[in-house]
Amino acid sequence: MIILASIIHVVLALSLSPLLIGVINRVKAKFAGRRGRPLLQLYYDLWKLLHKGAVYSTTTTWVFRTGPLVGISAVLVAISLVPLGRVPALAAFDGDIILLAYVLGLMRFMTVLAALDTGSAFEGMGAGREVQFSLLAEPALLLGVGALSISTGDWSLSGIYGSLFADGLAAVAPTAVMVAASLLIILLAENSRIPVDDPNTHLELTMIHEVMVLDHGGVDLAFIQYAAALKLWVFCALFVGVALPLQMHWPLVDLAFGMAGVFIVAMVIGVIESTMARLRLLRVPQMLVVSAVLAMIAVLWALR
Amino acid sequence: MSPILLSAAVCFLLAGAVLCAMLSRAKAANAIGGIVAVVGAAVAIASAVHALQTGDETLQLPWSVPFGSFHISIDGLSAFFILAISAVCALGGVYGVSYLRHYKGKNLGASWFFFNLLFASMLMVVTAWNAVLFLAAWEVMSLSSFFLVTFEHERQEVRKAGWVYLISAHVGMACLLAMFILLGGQNQVMDFDQLALPPGVSAAAIFLLAVVGFGAKAGICPMHVWLPDAHPAAPSHVSAVMSGVMIKTGIYGILRTLTFLGSPASWPGWWGWTLLVAGAITGVVGILFALAQHDMKRVLAYSSIENVGVICLGLGLWMIGSAGGNTIIAALGLIGALLHVWNHAIFKSLMFLGAGAVVHATGTRNIEQLGGLLKPMKHTGVAFAIGSIAICGLPPFNGFVGEFLIYASAFGGIVGLGGSAPIACLLAIAALALIGGLAAVCFTRLFGIMFLGEPRSEVARHAHEAGVSMRVVLWILAGACVLVGLVGPLVAGVAALAAEDLLPSTGLDIGPSLGLLWRISGASAGLIVFAGAFWLLRRRLHAGRPIEKAGTWDCGYAEPTSRMQYTASSFSWPVIDMFRHVLRPTLTRQLPSGPFPGRAHLTSRTHDIFMRFFYVPLFAMAQRLGQSLRWVQHGRNQVYVLYIAVTLLALLLWKLGTEQ
Repeated sequence: MIILASIIHVVLALSLSPLLIGVINRVKAKFAGRRGRPLLQLYYDLWKLLHKGAVYSTTTTWVFRTGPLVGISAVLVAISLVPLGRVPALAAFDGDIILLAYVLGLMRFMTVLAALDTGSAFEGMGAGREVQFSLLAEPALLLGVGALSISTGDWSLSGIYGSLFADGLAAVAPTAVMVAASLLIILLAENSRIPVDDPNTHLELTMIHEVMVLDHGGVDLAFIQYAAALKLWVFCALFVGVALPLQMHWPLVDLAFGMAGVFIVAMVIGVIESTMARLRLLRVPQMLVVSAVLAMIAVLWALR
Repeated sequence: MSPILLSAAVCFLLAGAVLCAMLSRAKAANAIGGIVAVVGAAVAIASAVHALQTGDETLQLPWSVPFGSFHISIDGLSAFFILAISAVCALGGVYGVSYLRHYKGKNLGASWFFFNLLFASMLMVVTAWNAVLFLAAWEVMSLSSFFLVTFEHERQEVRKAGWVYLISAHVGMACLLAMFILLGGQNQVMDFDQLALPPGVSAAAIFLLAVVGFGAKAGICPMHVWLPDAHPAAPSHVSAVMSGVMIKTGIYGILRTLTFLGSPASWPGWWGWTLLVAGAITGVVGILFALAQHDMKRVLAYSSIENVGVICLGLGLWMIGSAGGNTIIAALGLIGALLHVWNHAIFKSLMFLGAGAVVHATGTRNIEQLGGLLKPMKHTGVAFAIGSIAICGLPPFNGFVGEFLIYASAFGGIVGLGGSAPIACLLAIAALALIGGLAAVCFTRLFGIMFLGEPRSEVARHAHEAGVSMRVVLWILAGACVLVGLVGPLVAGVAALAAEDLLPSTGLDIGPSLGLLWRISGASAGLIVFAGAFWLLRRRLHAGRPIEKAGTWDCGYAEPTSRMQYTASSFSWPVIDMFRHVLRPTLTRQLPSGPFPGRAHLTSRTHDIFMRFFYVPLFAMAQRLGQSLRWVQHGRNQVYVLYIAVTLLALLLWKLGTEQ
């Protein structure tokens, strides 16, 4: 039953993650008083992109063409490693968080190289910012999971999430709240959402993630956008596991709760994006340091 | 059997070295030097494999040197290091033959003499079972590598680099002498099997002397200052050997010394903390300085410091795990560290040799001058890309396997250890994660600026691919990166053999923990398969559709030039600025001003803070103290004779005084 829930989770993640982007955009549209684009817009976009040819820059090499392939492969591995709330991951083992963090690191590494391959100053700029911000996010993520690991005495993600609230809410609530806050900041930064990056911006100079993929088109862009949606799903699932203290011990019910949680997180992101302005680029590292500090406090609290 | 084979290898290398020295400037010296290294390596590898299969073996012969016998022995740990040393020296030898070929008129025989001498001395260092023999080999290793570093001694910066290296090697040597005298001085026996902590000597003193003395060779911060100077100065195959394996003899030394100090379970907890904190600082400082450099070999040298830091983190976790009585955590830390020794030997020699190919093709080490090299240098570029991913510890290549074990040890420690140990483990996790993030900055920058985009100068535009033998070596190393990433557990099994004697109790089965690595291999294989599948999918989708070529999107700008690309400095500046209190970068700039601005420029430099703020003032102070004694020496012989007479008189009086 549990394994079935895990499989269903992966299938749903693969099929519904583009919908997350739709939900975020719908919430933003409602806030702005617009009707907004269709919920399924990203599906239409992907479908259209998959039917296009390609234009490659004469400057680029195989690195540029490999970037999207590695990105989507890495995120597929990540999806199989992430538990959704109380539903364990498809592949769960001790230390899976390390692999999860590092396959996402590989995705970033190749995206950055593909950006540098175009020789464009704008893409170089975006690449420089991407690596700068992620170097702060990575320790925060691993420390946050370390804190949860102390509280639960387990060090596989599924084990941690499965037993996090097993002994009642009171004992782990402070740790969970701090780790959740830290994870939310990392989620926004890693998925290039406001207040770190604006997915809708039109000025190349101010972009981070969008500018790195400026030169990609067609099938490659479809892979990149789908991978981005899946990556958002991975982080939402990680966040839901800490932020949603519900456990029913019926795998399919837990799965339903988890799914609901992921879409609620998407709505929360929509609300954040509608109500906040983008931070100045110089402030972004400070925000990420806050997330690392939160994770550290969570560690100290858990150790007490 | 295996010690005899090893002695044969060493004798062969020494004879070959002498032959090279005699051939001197003759053309044959170059080829013979390389062949000697390869054959010597084959014999040494055979001895190590034999030792791993049959267990420890010893060769003990009487000799006229005091304090024990001529004693060599190969246990798992020695064999592990022999394999790394031999493989890298053999590949470095093959590569060196074509690399050195275009140094016409230089004494290549001398260079090969020292290369093979260095190889032989490293083999002796990891197998010597007597402190006198060990120290002699250690000194030969330092001196031969000094002469290799100063190969291009016409250049002033090379002489300076050699000088710094020579001093730091001997400061380290002084600590080692003191350490062995403390250990064996009382019993007058220096054979390793009889060395033990004598009563009345503090184990802590031995430990600290080992960390400082061996750390000076390994490049533990703040004793690392010689590396960033020496590696760019040396020819690339020498840098590969020095960075890939020679600095690891420092790690070997620390491990070997620890075996004299009783069982791992009896070591105090702060030893582990010391290595762990030293590792964290070394790793972060090393990679921070790496990403601020413009000289590609300096980047790689600083990254070696970072990797030694990672190894020390693993060793620290091993000692903390041992002190806490948890064999699994200790084993994961130690095996992770040992595996990283191998992995670093593979990818760092790959990177140095790749950098050598670039220097060969363009004549510059300054990455700001390069760009777009992937087109003319396809093979070197692919190998360098694989090395870059591996060195950042990213799957699916070998770097991740070792780092995963170190991480696993730390996560295991959080859960399984008590007291202050979980804090140490969290420190290790945070340090490893930060190092990983910084390494990604450093190596996307290095590879991206050197190989991608458009050429930034004429030399880069006219680059050419390296020769066949150099390419073959690069491919072998790149293949090893991929292979170890896929069969990590098997390699970890070899490391486990080496680690056997260094673990608190051997009874515990560490198999299941290493079994975790099969999951990593599975994920790595999955990554490669997925990427291949998506490549096929894209090819299917693209079939019959227009695939066009056009310029890079330049936001409508009319006349883009390659000088408008992002530079290495601009890529890493945000990070350098974020850590400016550590890095202390210096900016010199002339800003454009006035209605008709003239030339403007901006230069950023990041020098080593330990050199600037610690060693330079320290040695300047020593020099000032020395200056104040200069009046003693003024060239008048009569006064010197007077000094001698006065000294003798004083000694006589002192002797008379003590007689009564």
